[in-house]
Amino acid sequence: MGTVAFALLAFLVLASALTVVLHPNPVKSALALVLTLFLLAVTFVLLEAHMIAALQVLVYAGAIMVLFLFVIMLLNLQTEDPEAGGPARTGLRVAAWVGGVALAAQLVRLALGRGAVAPAPTSPGFGGAEAVARSLYTDFLFPFELTSLLLLVAVIGAVILAQRRVR
Amino acid sequence: MLADLAISTVKALVVLMTVLSLSAALLWVERKGSALIQDRIGANRANIFGGLLPFNLGLVNTLVADPIKMFTKEDVVPVSADKVLHFLAPCLAVFPVIVTFAAIPLGDVLVIGDRTINLQVADLNVGILYVLAMSSLGVYGVVLAGWASNSRWALLGGIRGSAQMISYEIAMGLALIGAVMAFGTLDLQAIARAQGETIAGVIPAWGILYQPLAFLIFLIAGIAETKRVPFDLPEGESELTSGFFTEYSGSKQAAFMLGDFAEIIVVSGLATTLFLGAWQVPFLARDGWHFPGGISLAMPHLAVVVLQLVSFVVKVLILSSFQILVRWSLPRYRYDQLMNLGWKSLLPLALLNVMVTGTIIVLLGRS
Repeated sequence: MGTVAFALLAFLVLASALTVVLHPNPVKSALALVLTLFLLAVTFVLLEAHMIAALQVLVYAGAIMVLFLFVIMLLNLQTEDPEAGGPARTGLRVAAWVGGVALAAQLVRLALGRGAVAPAPTSPGFGGAEAVARSLYTDFLFPFELTSLLLLVAVIGAVILAQRRVR
Repeated sequence: MLADLAISTVKALVVLMTVLSLSAALLWVERKGSALIQDRIGANRANIFGGLLPFNLGLVNTLVADPIKMFTKEDVVPVSADKVLHFLAPCLAVFPVIVTFAAIPLGDVLVIGDRTINLQVADLNVGILYVLAMSSLGVYGVVLAGWASNSRWALLGGIRGSAQMISYEIAMGLALIGAVMAFGTLDLQAIARAQGETIAGVIPAWGILYQPLAFLIFLIAGIAETKRVPFDLPEGESELTSGFFTEYSGSKQAAFMLGDFAEIIVVSGLATTLFLGAWQVPFLARDGWHFPGGISLAMPHLAVVVLQLVSFVVKVLILSSFQILVRWSLPRYRYDQLMNLGWKSLLPLALLNVMVTGTIIVLLGRS
C-alpha cells in the first residue's frame, strides 16, 4: 500500500518537475512548480511529517510561488525560444550538465546499495507540531536564530532596493 | 476497515453537502437581505408557491430559477484565452475552499453501539496550519482567471487580487497565532473541546473572551480574503467591469460565485471554531446540561449531538449574515487605504496581540 502510493507519487512529482524545466511557457512552468511542491507535501504526509507538509504548502506553494507568478504576469514574459542563447546561457548549460551528471551518479551509487543510510528511528509524536517545535527551539536553536537573522537582512535589503527605484 | 471507510465517506459527503447547502442559504440571504438593507423588494420572479404566503420570499427565484438560468447559459471562452488554464481557474477557486472544511469539527463525538465517530472529516494534529495552507492555495483561482482570460480588466483584477490576498493572509495567520497560544494546540477539535469549560463556573470559556483583538483582526482579514466589499478591488465593477472573472460566463461564473460563498462560510466556520465556542452549547456537556449552581439535567446522546450541530450551523449563519450585512453597508476602500489597513494597522496589531498574549502566558506561569 505505502510503496504503491509512494511509487505513484514519485512518478507524478518527477513528471511535474520535468514540466517545470521543459515547458516553454513561464506561467505554466511556474504552475508545474506549484504542483511539484504540493505533491512533495503529500510525500511528506506519507512519511508522517504532517507539520512540514502543511508548512510546505502554506509557505512555498501558497505564498512564494504566488509571488513568482505575480512577477511573471507583471513582466508579461512570453513563451521562450529554446534555441535562443548567449554566453550566459552556454555557461548555464554547462553547469546544468555537470550538476545533472553528478546527481545521476549519486543516484546510481545509492541504487547499487552503496552509501545508503538507514532511516533514523522515529519517536512517538514524530512530525507533529510539538516534536518539530521542540527540536527547533532546543537542539537547533542557534541555526534557527541565524536563519531568522539572514531573513531580516534580506528584508532590509529588499526595502533599500525598492526605495532606490522610487527616487 | 470497510465500516471505517464507509464512515469516512459519509462524513466527507455530509460536510460537502453542509457547505453547499449553506452556500445556497447565503445566496438567498444575499439577494433578499440586500433588498431589505437597500429598501427594495428584491428577487420576486418565479413566484410559484406565492399564493401560500402573504409576501414573496423569492426562494424559487434565487434558489431554482436563477441557478438553472446560470447553468444553461452559453459558456463563452475568449478566442485569445489560454483554454486549459481558463478552464482550470474556476476549479481552483472552488476546490481549496471546500476541502478546507475537512479540518473544521462540526460536532463532538457520535457514539453508535461500540463505535465512536469523531464529527470531523480529518482529525489533524496541525489542523490550523492545514486550513491556512489550503486557503493560501485559493489565490491561484484568482491569479489564473486573470491571466488566462488574456484581457486587461481580468489581468488587473487578478494582480490586485493576488496582492490583496497575500497581504491579508499574513495578518490572518498572526491573529490565529494569538488564539493558538491561548489554547496551546493546533488541533481544531481540541480547541473546540477546550471551549466547553467555564470561567469561574458561570461564563463559557469561548476564545473571543481570551482573544478579542485576534477575533476582530481575523474577521477583518477574513472579509478581505473573500474579496468582498469593502475589499472588492479585484472585482471593482466601476473600473474593471468584473475584475478577474470578467471573461467568464454561465456555469464557470457560477463556480466563482460558489467559491465566494463557500469562502464566507469557511471564514465564519473558522472564526466560530476558534473564537465563538465551536459546536459548544453553553453548559451542555456530553451527558446533558450542567447549569451553574449545581443544577443538572440529563439528556439523550443523540439530542446532544443534534444540538451541537445546530449550534455550529447557527453560529456560522450568524457570522456569514454579518459579513453580508457589511458587504451591503460599506463603500469600497481605495487601493492605498486597503494596503495601509493591512500592512500598517492589522499586521502591527496582530504582532502586538501575539506579544501581549505571550507575556500574559509567561506571567501566569502556564507552560
